Amino acid sequence: MKALVFERSLPRLAAARAAGALTPGLGARLGALRLVDIEEPALPGPGWERVRPLLSGICGSDLATVDGRASRWFEPIVSFPFVPGHELVGTAEDGRRVVVEPVLGCAARGITPPCAACAGGDVGRCERIAFGHLAPGLQTGYCEDTGGGWGAVLVAHQSQLHDVPDALDDAAAVMVEPAACAVHGALAAGDVSGAVVVVLGAGTLGLCTIAALHRLALPGTVVTGAKYPDQQRLARDLGATIAVEPGEVRRAVRRVARSLVIGDRLAGGADIVIDCVGSAESLEEALAVVRPRGRVVMVGMPGRVSVDLTPLWQREVELVGAYAYGAEQSLGRRTFDVALELVHDAGLHRLVSAAYPLDRYVEAIDHAANAGRRGAVKVVFDQRRHVRSSSRHAGAAQ
Amino acid sequence: MPRPGFVLEVDRSTPPTLLWHGEGFRLERFPTGTRVVYGPEPLEPLEDPDGAIRHALLHPVGDSEPLPALLRPGMRLTIAFDDISLPLPPMRAPDVRQRVIEAVLDLAAEAGVDDVVLIAALALHRRMTEAELRHALGDRVYDAFAPYGRLWQHDAEDPRNLVHLGVTDQGEDVELNKRAVESDLLVYVNINLVAMDGGHKSVATGLASYRSLRHHHNVRTMQHSRSFMDQHRSELHSANWRMGRFIAASGVKVFQIESTLNTDTFPGPFAFLQKREWEWGVRDRAAFIASSNALDRTPPALARQVLHSIRAPHEMTSVQAGEVEAVHALTTESVYRQQLVPVEGQTDVLTMGLPYICPYNVNSIMNPILVACLGLGYFFNLYRGRPLVREGGVVIMSHPTPWEFHPVHHPSYIDFFEQVLAETTDPVEIEAKFEEVFATDPWYIHLYRTTYAYHGVHPFYMWYWCAHALQHLGGVIVVGGDPRAVRRMGFKPASTLLDALEMAEDIVGRDPSITHLHNPPILLADVT
Repeated sequence: MKALVFERSLPRLAAARAAGALTPGLGARLGALRLVDIEEPALPGPGWERVRPLLSGICGSDLATVDGRASRWFEPIVSFPFVPGHELVGTAEDGRRVVVEPVLGCAARGITPPCAACAGGDVGRCERIAFGHLAPGLQTGYCEDTGGGWGAVLVAHQSQLHDVPDALDDAAAVMVEPAACAVHGALAAGDVSGAVVVVLGAGTLGLCTIAALHRLALPGTVVTGAKYPDQQRLARDLGATIAVEPGEVRRAVRRVARSLVIGDRLAGGADIVIDCVGSAESLEEALAVVRPRGRVVMVGMPGRVSVDLTPLWQREVELVGAYAYGAEQSLGRRTFDVALELVHDAGLHRLVSAAYPLDRYVEAIDHAANAGRRGAVKVVFDQRRHVRSSSRHAGAAQ
Repeated sequence: MPRPGFVLEVDRSTPPTLLWHGEGFRLERFPTGTRVVYGPEPLEPLEDPDGAIRHALLHPVGDSEPLPALLRPGMRLTIAFDDISLPLPPMRAPDVRQRVIEAVLDLAAEAGVDDVVLIAALALHRRMTEAELRHALGDRVYDAFAPYGRLWQHDAEDPRNLVHLGVTDQGEDVELNKRAVESDLLVYVNINLVAMDGGHKSVATGLASYRSLRHHHNVRTMQHSRSFMDQHRSELHSANWRMGRFIAASGVKVFQIESTLNTDTFPGPFAFLQKREWEWGVRDRAAFIASSNALDRTPPALARQVLHSIRAPHEMTSVQAGEVEAVHALTTESVYRQQLVPVEGQTDVLTMGLPYICPYNVNSIMNPILVACLGLGYFFNLYRGRPLVREGGVVIMSHPTPWEFHPVHHPSYIDFFEQVLAETTDPVEIEAKFEEVFATDPWYIHLYRTTYAYHGVHPFYMWYWCAHALQHLGGVIVVGGDPRAVRRMGFKPASTLLDALEMAEDIVGRDPSITHLHNPPILLADVT
């Protein structure tokens, strides 16, 4: 089968890192990602089935991987070579459309009894992601045994599969995974009713987070920093009260929070800041605009950053991470179930801006890496032509 | 004998017309048939201004005793005076305020009055700097009062020094400076540059709080002031008069001193500005070319500094004192005598060149909101009877309109421009959705009270000032402005006057009638 494969090649990773630093997305041309013919992944055991991806998204963490910017933290919890792609809608063997909840927790790994987190349904916090009968891999798309969405076939455990309601088209369904991250991030903010919430970044994650806040958490005011006019428009459509250019965020927060100013920083600030970028600059901005004893939620994947944490200490700011999904205790529901509804209710299908076949992956990744500038949000790989043609062949064979 | 204003009809022999363009000029050739409205020449000044002031104080008008009769030992005397927004440009020393206040203080000293406080009637304007106060009052007055804490600047956000007098029969709060209200006599020293200034507005606005001002500084009032230069058709005037009468009925004793200035606006090197172009001599042409080239080659900040250092040779044409309304009737007559120009009929397109200065950017930057306010708030409203431009017509303004703000003077303007206008330019929506938040923002209040910042709500008032024009016009075009800044305000940018006139035709139709409002000198069109 055709698949984009990411190999562990130190020279190629170094080349990707150098190229990606110059031009985001250039790592796809020079790095460790290649389009190759490989064997379909074998079913690891009972409870597993084959899934043929229809649409598969390119996310920020994929871009970091392709450009060699991913943190070394991941080294022991990924296995090479792997087929990337963890945001996907596909067709199961019985023809039903499914989205994959990609975390490879205890159930998928055949580990019994499950760890405490998995026992509570909170697979995102699984303590066994490098153990069991699968190679290490925190998610589908980072594990050499499972394949990923950027290939023609992947394998998924039944515990990972969620049926897609007919009301959701493919574009909507491919947004379920990022929407689930956003739901988890928005709920990690805690009780935000009436609060001033800042969302930094208005890419896919930022926009989905705004939608999640608007529908699940009822904040008082949502301020977002969005670099491009289209992002600002979408942010407002999805529920942001104020959408301004990143350089204006501090001024907007000051006004909304009615804060005084000390030097070039705010004396007060926002109750909650949700950082959907994950850079040193965004974390620094988050700490600059959050109020004393406020909370900063990191939803965007950060990597190694250098930030002055003095404000965190002096203002007793709470810094929390929000990774992936699982069970949302505040709602008593699985994150993916909430995300499926959010995608439908907020019309998140509109965030899918462009689709490419796998063999145009260099263009696709370049488009995704420069999405905001080019007026796009989510760029996906589209393999529906192959899936339909292989279905016809299968039908003919029967 | 100064010549009256008149309307010139452009023909093929008419030389190009001079337009202000911010910190520079443009010479534009208007299409044949364009009307250019020129103001009257500067009136002859009073020969003995100090003598006239003393005469006014001793021979008041209306139901008022002469000032000496109102002064006695042991009394509390407060002298309030107009702030930096008047006159424009700031006048050559001695300023009228200095002359008048020195005369009042002489009488107070003769009467043995010790408890005297001077208050700059800022309303929600920025505080004046020491240099600005010294210029307005003179060193002698400044040094006699400021070091002893007896020269105040009205603080509309100081709850300890405000008093709520009550509400008018229209439910308007009247909240004023406590010292002024509780004094035995409040002397107000006014400079009248346009017909809107003075009268009851001096105290009811200049010494009021936001709580009081919001009753007439709002969209409804502006849309019902047609224009606010015409006292009989101005809701702004009516509201201030209601409040003024309420203040008088509450027992506040006001002795009003008003003065008018002629329109001798620019000194020697820039005197060509106020001459009619076909009367320019060799020296005027040379001065125009030299100053125009020099300003073009000078960085904008430096050009701004040069222009703001100009001191106008304005001279006093009248001074009257006594009871507010009687005084203001004489003042208004004098203003009309200097500024009125009869104009027959309205126009499809009204053009105007906007200068580097307006009431709210003295020694500061003319930001885009102030550009809009000067053009659509002030110049558009320089009419009596009917607007110069017809309903659905177009105003074309010439100004560079840079996306630039003075960070100390206009902090809330930046937020207003970047955030409020990004969402809507509709004054009604802006007022309903944003005004209170800005007006009560503790940071803006802090800056207004402790630095040199305009109050947080001030940019709203500037936008409301445009409300009548925005409601009346079919379009606004800015020639030579920063396109982003111009579009942010909902206007259209044009590179040249010719382009702007073509664009205007899309709104008002082919071959429109065009009228140009020449400035300087300032004028008031009496449109029949």
